[in-house]
Amino acid sequence: MWTWFHKLGSPRYFYSFASTLIPWLGWTCLGLMLAGLYGGLVVAPPDYQQGDSYRIIFIHVPSAWMSLFVYVVMAVSGAVGLVWRMKLADVMVSSCAPIGAAFTLLALLTGSIWGKPMWGTWWVWDARLTSELILLFLYLGIIALRSAIDDPRTAARACAILALVGIVNIPIIHYSVEWWNTLHQPATVSKLDGPSMHRSMLIPLLVMAVAFKFYFAVTLMMRARTEVLYRERKSSWARDMMIRR
Amino acid sequence: MSGLIDFLHMGGYAGYVWSAYGIALVVLLWNLVVPVLNQRETERLISNQLSDDEQ
Repeated sequence: MWTWFHKLGSPRYFYSFASTLIPWLGWTCLGLMLAGLYGGLVVAPPDYQQGDSYRIIFIHVPSAWMSLFVYVVMAVSGAVGLVWRMKLADVMVSSCAPIGAAFTLLALLTGSIWGKPMWGTWWVWDARLTSELILLFLYLGIIALRSAIDDPRTAARACAILALVGIVNIPIIHYSVEWWNTLHQPATVSKLDGPSMHRSMLIPLLVMAVAFKFYFAVTLMMRARTEVLYRERKSSWARDMMIRR
Repeated sequence: MSGLIDFLHMGGYAGYVWSAYGIALVVLLWNLVVPVLNQRETERLISNQLSDDEQ
């Protein structure tokens, strides 16, 4: 296990590992997403209060969960990079940031579109919405910070530190619906006494959540692979590979 | 046919539901297209380096 982990840390090995993984992850993601969409849009009945508008949940909630999940992955990679100086860790930080930003943007936009018919407004400065917006700014801040610093090692350190500082926002987002009882509804799925949602709606939601995890894995591998190749563009293995093509 | 129209109508929420799904589709596809383009660009960069070295 450890030797495999060490091997994976080598850019050349990671590149070929990611390249073989991408199609498998991609097809699994597509299959799950189509199944989840069918279950959510066709099979699941309309909600007794919200009618069909609730169907936005099948993209809104997985995006929102992923916006937090990607951030934790990014911050942990940042910590690994700071402590063990692993090159690949910074590749992960830089690859996670745009994907996380996309999920956060999607959670905010779909939430806004859902809010209009249900709450009567596109936006309120509710605790959940505001902390999620701060998350978007954190992602954008990390992207901007990296492009503002020329030296790659300084950039890596600065981004890792910002990612770690920003992790304080993650429990705030998660508990915001309990600490400040404003407009956004509290959790319906991750509750101690089980989800308060019918199975016909819960199952497609969970399928979509797994599909989004696979989507993250695919895009992360794609971005990380390209980033590794770019950083290693002067190395002999990268050149050899281009000659052999 | 009326089943399909009912489905697209989304109980009167068609505009909200389909615009949310449309935005999701655009954002998710964008995130797949960008890395593919970057990969091609990086491959081209390395190939250009190789042909520069040969001269």
